[in-house]
Amino acid sequence: MIKPVLLWSDLLFFLLIAATFAGGWLAARTEHLRLAWRRVGRSRVAMAAATLLAAFLLIGVLDSLHYRERLPGDGENYAVEVRSALDALLTGLRTRQERTYSAPLATHLFAKESLEGDQGRDFPRLKHGGAHLGADTAGHGADLLAKTVQGMGVGVVAWLVLWLGFLPARQAAPHLAWDAVLATLFALCLVAGPVLLLAQGYHVLGTDKVGQDVLYLTLKSVRTGLLIGTLTTLIMLPAAVALGLLAGYAGGWIDDVIQYLYTTLNSIPGVLLIAASVLMMQVVIDTHPDWFATAAERADARLLALCAILGITSWTGLCRLLRGEALKLRELEYVQAARALGVSGARILWRHILPNVMHIVMIAIVMDFSGLVLAEAVLSYIGIGVDPNTVSFGSMINTARMELAREPMVWWSLAAAFAFMFVLVLAANLFADVVRDAFDPRASR
Amino acid sequence: MLAYLIRRLLYALPILIGVNVITFALFFVVNTPDDMARMQLGVKRVTPEAIERWKAERGYDKPLFWNDAAAGTGKATETIFFTKSVKMFALDFGSADDGRDIAREISLRMGPSLAVALPVFALGLFAAIAFALLLVYFRASYLDFAGVVLCVAMMSISGLFYIIGGQWLVSKVWHLVPISGYAEGLTAAKFVVLPVLVSVLAGLGSSARWYRTIFLEEYTRDYVRTARAKGLSERLVLFRHVLRNALIPILTGAVVAIPTLFMGSLLIEAFFGIPGLGSYTIDAINAQDFAVVRAMVFIGSALYIVGLLLTDISYTLADPRIRLQ
Amino acid sequence: MSLPMSLLRVRDLSVAIGDALPVEDVSFDIAAGETFALLGESGCGKSLTALALMRLLPPAARIASGAVRFADTDLCALSEARMRDVRGGKLGMIFQEPSSSLNPVMTVGAQIAEALRLHGDAAARERVVELLAAVGIPDPARRAGEYPFQMSGGMKQRAMIAMALAGEPELLIADEPTTALDVTIQAQVLDLLRALQRRRAMAMLLITHDLGVVANMADRVGVMYAGQLVEIAPRAAFFAAPGHPYARRLFAALPDTAARRSRLATIPGSVPPPGTRHAGCRFVERCGEALPVCHAAPPPWREYAPGHAVRCHLPALPVLAGKVGVTEGNPCGTGGTVADAAAPGGAPPLLAVSDLQVYFPIRKGVLRRAVGHVRAVDGVSLVLHAGRTLALVGESGCGKTTVGKAILGLQAPSGGALALDGAPLAGLAPRRMQMVFQDPYGSLNPRLRVGEIVAEGLCALRLPGDHAAQVRELLAQVGLDAAMAGRYPHEFSGGQRQRIAIARALAVRPGLLICDEPTSALDVSVQAQILNLLGDLQARLGLAYLFITHNIAVVDYLAREVAVMYLGRIVERGTTEAVLRGARHPYTQALLAAVPRIAGGGVEARVAGDPPSPANPPPGCHFHPRCPRAEARCRASYPDETTLAADHVVRCHFPA
Repeated sequence: MIKPVLLWSDLLFFLLIAATFAGGWLAARTEHLRLAWRRVGRSRVAMAAATLLAAFLLIGVLDSLHYRERLPGDGENYAVEVRSALDALLTGLRTRQERTYSAPLATHLFAKESLEGDQGRDFPRLKHGGAHLGADTAGHGADLLAKTVQGMGVGVVAWLVLWLGFLPARQAAPHLAWDAVLATLFALCLVAGPVLLLAQGYHVLGTDKVGQDVLYLTLKSVRTGLLIGTLTTLIMLPAAVALGLLAGYAGGWIDDVIQYLYTTLNSIPGVLLIAASVLMMQVVIDTHPDWFATAAERADARLLALCAILGITSWTGLCRLLRGEALKLRELEYVQAARALGVSGARILWRHILPNVMHIVMIAIVMDFSGLVLAEAVLSYIGIGVDPNTVSFGSMINTARMELAREPMVWWSLAAAFAFMFVLVLAANLFADVVRDAFDPRASR
Repeated sequence: MLAYLIRRLLYALPILIGVNVITFALFFVVNTPDDMARMQLGVKRVTPEAIERWKAERGYDKPLFWNDAAAGTGKATETIFFTKSVKMFALDFGSADDGRDIAREISLRMGPSLAVALPVFALGLFAAIAFALLLVYFRASYLDFAGVVLCVAMMSISGLFYIIGGQWLVSKVWHLVPISGYAEGLTAAKFVVLPVLVSVLAGLGSSARWYRTIFLEEYTRDYVRTARAKGLSERLVLFRHVLRNALIPILTGAVVAIPTLFMGSLLIEAFFGIPGLGSYTIDAINAQDFAVVRAMVFIGSALYIVGLLLTDISYTLADPRIRLQ
Repeated sequence: MSLPMSLLRVRDLSVAIGDALPVEDVSFDIAAGETFALLGESGCGKSLTALALMRLLPPAARIASGAVRFADTDLCALSEARMRDVRGGKLGMIFQEPSSSLNPVMTVGAQIAEALRLHGDAAARERVVELLAAVGIPDPARRAGEYPFQMSGGMKQRAMIAMALAGEPELLIADEPTTALDVTIQAQVLDLLRALQRRRAMAMLLITHDLGVVANMADRVGVMYAGQLVEIAPRAAFFAAPGHPYARRLFAALPDTAARRSRLATIPGSVPPPGTRHAGCRFVERCGEALPVCHAAPPPWREYAPGHAVRCHLPALPVLAGKVGVTEGNPCGTGGTVADAAAPGGAPPLLAVSDLQVYFPIRKGVLRRAVGHVRAVDGVSLVLHAGRTLALVGESGCGKTTVGKAILGLQAPSGGALALDGAPLAGLAPRRMQMVFQDPYGSLNPRLRVGEIVAEGLCALRLPGDHAAQVRELLAQVGLDAAMAGRYPHEFSGGQRQRIAIARALAVRPGLLICDEPTSALDVSVQAQILNLLGDLQARLGLAYLFITHNIAVVDYLAREVAVMYLGRIVERGTTEAVLRGARHPYTQALLAAVPRIAGGGVEARVAGDPPSPANPPPGCHFHPRCPRAEARCRASYPDETTLAADHVVRCHFPA
C-alpha cells in the first residue's frame, strides 16, 4: 500500500542514532567514559533534560520514517507527497484544516467576516474546532474543562504504566537519577494527556493564516531543529578532529597550512559566508530541477546543504581548540615514551592523542547543539535557512511575525514556536552543562 | 614589538587573498554567470538575449581569468576575476543592482550601524562583567545558583524572541519609543535605545556565565591564597587581584569584535529599520544582489583581520608578561 | 608536651573533607622565637594543618573540631573580619610555588605595599625597599617596580618572604618554602629564613618533607603520618634516636653515604588513603614490629624523655636493628648487593657521546630570522660502559634533560656525535635505549590499561612471542602483580606507576636506560623502593643507567661515575668517590655544600645569585659571576679540561 522513502537526511539521522548507540556500547566498555557518563546519570538535572530530549527525539524519529502513499486505482502510482509516520499519526491534525486564523481552543474564526445570508459581519464558526458541540457553543467552557480533567486522568494512567515499565531499568541501574526521569515524565504526561484529548475536537494551539493546525506545525518543526543541531556537528567533526590533531602534533609547515586555512575561513563573518553559500546553493538547486523527484527531496537537499554550510563555517573553533590540546599532549611524557619506543606518528595520534581529547569533542557536540537550533531560526528568518516548504521553528516565526502588527495580535504561532524551541534548547543546554562538568577533568563546580 | 606587528600585518595579506579566492570561487566557479542570470530572471522562458543583457549590465560577460580578445594587460584585467575580485583590494566594489555605488553606500551606512553597535558593545560588556562579578562575589550561594539558572534560561531563548518581545512590550504596549526607524543627530537616541537594550539583554546570559567561569578559575590560583594570607578582605581579593587577572582574557577577547562593529547587526537593523550595513546586507541577500554580498564579505573579513591585530596589540599592552618580554 | 610560654597552642585539631578526616587530633605548641618543623610525606595532612591555622582551607575542607590559640586569642572563634587582622599581622605565611603564588600582573612592590597598608604602615614606598633589602634582593628600589615573571625562582621566594614579613608577624608559617627551588638557591633561602628569624625573634612553623632541611632548621620536630602527629621531639633527640617506627624507617630509607651499595630499607605498602577507618595504629600495616594490640586500639602518647613523645604501643626502642638514623663511618662498598660491574677491558663503551650540542634558535624580527641560540647543551662528552651507572648532575635549566633526550633521539642534536657499542648512531634506537621519565602521573597514558602500556613497545616493534605472557613476566620483574595488567593507571600510587614505566621501558630489552629524575616526584620511602628495584634490575639484566638527577644523595648511593653540568657544559666528571669527596670545581663544591644533610654541619650557601640564562651565557667561564675564586682570566676564557687523575676531569682555571 505504501512505498517507504529514505531521504538522505533520514539516512544520516539514523546513522547518527546508530553511531550514538555504538558509542554508548563502547563507552560502557571503557572505564573512564563509563565513569563520566555515570556522573551524568547521577545528576537529576541531566536526567530530566535527557528525558525531554528523548521525547523530542521520539518525535524526530517518527517524523523521519518517510513513505509515499499508493494512489487509488491500478498500477504502481504513488502520491507525489512524501509523508512520515508522524504525519500518519497526526492525520487528524493535518487534515482538519480551517480557512484561516483561529485562536487556541476556539470555536470561531479569529476575524469577523460577512456571513452568508444577511446576518451582517460576525465570527464564522470553525469547520472542525469544537465541531462536536454542534451549532450551540454554550457548553464550550465545560467541555474544555471536562476534556482537560479526563486528559489528566489519561496522563496519570499513562505515567503509571511508564512507571511500571521503568521498574526493571531502575533495578538494573539503581544509582541513576530515575526520580528525575519519572518526575519529568509525569509532567510530560500531565500536559500530553489533555492535549491529546483536546486535539480530537479543537485546535489546541490555534491555526495559522491558511488554517493549518499550529500544534501540527510545531511538532513537525522538531525534526528540522534536531537535524540541524546534530548533522551539522557530524559533518564538521571529522575534518575538525583530523586537521586539529594533525596541526598540533605534526607542527611545522603542516601546522602553518592548517592554521592558515582556518584563520581564513574564520575571518569571513559567519552569517555572510552562510548567506553567500546558501545563495549559491540556491542557484544550483534551482538550475537543476531534474535532480529531485519530489519537492520533499528538494527541500531535503537544501536542508542537508545548510547543515554542510553551517558545518564548514563552524569547524574552525573546535579545530583550533584541538590543535592547542594536541600541542600540549605532544609534550607529555607518555607521548615521548611512545616515540622512544618507536611507535609511529599515526599510531600515537590514534592511541595516545585522540582518546585524550575525546572529552573536548564530546563537550563540543553537546554544546553546539543548542546554538545551532537557535541559529536555524535566525537564518530561516533572514531567508537563508531551510527551504520555505520545510516546516521549522524559523519558518514558523518568519511567517508569523507579519501578524504581530494585527490588532488584536495573532500571538499563538510565535508563542508555540518560541515555547517549543525554548524547552528544546534549555534541555540541551542543561544537559550540555552536566556533560561538560562530568567530562572536563578540571571542571570546577 | 614593532617587528612583531609588521609580521602580523604581513600575515594578514595572504589571509585576505585567501578570503578573496574563496568568495570568487563561491560566486563564479560553483555557478556560472549564466546560472545566476537564469535564476534572477526566472528559470523558465528566459531568452539567451535576456541573459546576455543581464550579464553585460553587471560586467559578467567577460571571461573568468584570461581574456584572449583583449589587448596588452587587458588580457589579465578585462576579466571577471580582476574586475570583481582584485579590485576589491582598492575598495572598488562596483555598483549594486540598483545602480548605486557600493563603496559610497557603505560609507553612508556605517554611521547608523555604529550608533547601535557601539553602545551595544560597551553596555553589553559592562553589564556582563558586572553581573558575573555579582555572581562570583556571592559564589556557592543560592544567589549564585539562581543567577546561573537565569543565565542558562536567558541563553536558551531565541534572539528573535527578545526583539519581538521588546518591540511588543516597549513600543506597542507602553508606547515609550517608536517601534522602528531612524533619524540623524540627537533624535537618533530614541530610535536607538530599544535595539541597544534588546541586544544587551539577548547577549547577557551567555557572556555573564562565561565570564563567571573565568573569574572562578582565577579564584583557584595560588596568588589568591597568598592575597588572603596577607589579610586582604574578600572584596579586595576580588577587585584588586581576581578582577585584574580575569579582565585580561575578557577584554582582549572582546577587542576582536570592535572593528566588526562597523558591520552592524543583521537582525537588529532589519527589525528596527535602521539604515545601516546590516540591513543593507539583508536587503542584498533578499534581493540576491551578489555584488553587494561579495563586497560585504570582503569588508567583514578585512575588519575581522584588523580585529585580530588589535587583539594582539591589546594583549601586549594589558599583560606585563608579554609587554616586557 | 605543653610548653610554659607557648605562642601558638593547637589542640585536637581535625580537618574534614566530606566524611574523611585528612587531619585528625593534631596537637602541638610553638614557643615564641622557636622553629617547629612539621615533617611528613605527601598527603599526610601537614599543609592542610597549616592552612587550618590560617583559616585558609580550600572550600571543600573545614575545621571539624579542635582549638587553635594564638597568644591569648582563640583563632577558631574569631570573626572573619578579626581573623583578617591576624593573617599577615600575627601569622605570616609563605608557600611552596613562588611562581604561581605571586600575582602575575602586579609589581612585586605593589604586592608588598598592599600588605604594608593593611597592617597600618603608611610610609609604604621606603618600607617596601627596606623589606626587599632585608631579604637580600640586590638593587631593591628597581626590583620593587618589576613583575614576578622578571625574577628568578629564588628571587620570587625572597619577595614572598618580604611580603609575609610586611605585617611584622610573630609566627611565620613556611609551607615547603624551598621544595620548588634548586639546591644552591634552597641553601640561600634557608640561610635567609634562619637569619631573619634570629633577628626578629620570630617563631616559625616549617612544613617540609625533607629530613635534611629539618636537621638544619628546626628546634623541635613533629612527624605526621596519615593525618596524625605520631612523634614530637627536640631536634637533637629526634635525630639521635627517632622513636616512632615510621620515623625510624624514614631514616633508613634515605639514600645517603651510609647506605651506599647496600639495599635501602623500605617501608612496605603505601600510606592508607584519607577516609580509611582505623581501629588501631595507622602505621600498623607497614610496621615490622606490630603487636596484636596495635591492630586493636589506637596507640597512646608515650613520653620517652621530657619533650619527646611518641604515639606508639611499642616500648621505647632506642635503636632499630640494623642501621638507623645518623650512622657515621660506615665504609663504602661493604654491602655489595648493588651491582656495578667492573670496567670491561678493551671493549668499546656502550655509549660514547662526543661534543654533543643542542641549540634552540632565538627568532626575532620581521622575518623571524635566528638572531642567536639558546645553547641548552654546548659540547657535552660522556662515556658509559655496559652495566654501569653514570649520573648526570645539575640544577634545573642546566640542560641535563636535553642531553638525555638528544641521546635517546627525541631531540635532534645540533652537533656532535653519538656511538653505541662503537657504531655511530643517529635517531632512535628503541631496542638499545629506553627512558624512564620524571613524572609518574604524566608518563602513563590514562586511557590505556597497564597491560597495553607495557606491551606498547612489543607491539610497535612487532616483537615475536606471546605479548601477554611477556607482559606478565615484566610486571613480575618490577614487583607488580600480573593481574594488574587489566587495570588503569589512576588506580596506582606514584611508586607503582614508576614501576609500570620501568616495565614498559624494559619490554624491548634495552641495554641502556636513561632515567630522568625517576624518583624526584616520589616520597622518600617510595624512592627507596624504586632505587632498590633499579639496583636489582642492573644486577640481573646487566643494564647501564644514565641517571639524570639533581639529588646528590641518590647519586652517591647509586652511581659509579658522575658528571656535573652547569649551563650546558660538563664542569667536572669522574668517579663518584673522586667527585663527591674530592670536588675541585667551585660549582661542584658549592653544590655539595648546599645539600642539607642530616649528619648536621649545616648547609652552606657558598654561591650567591642565580644561574645566568643559557641564551646569554657570561663570557669566559660560565660560573665566574658566582664564583668566589674568579679572577681576570676566568672572565676572559673558558677553561680547558684538566685531568687530575685517570678518572677525574675538571674544567676550571684553578684545578688545584
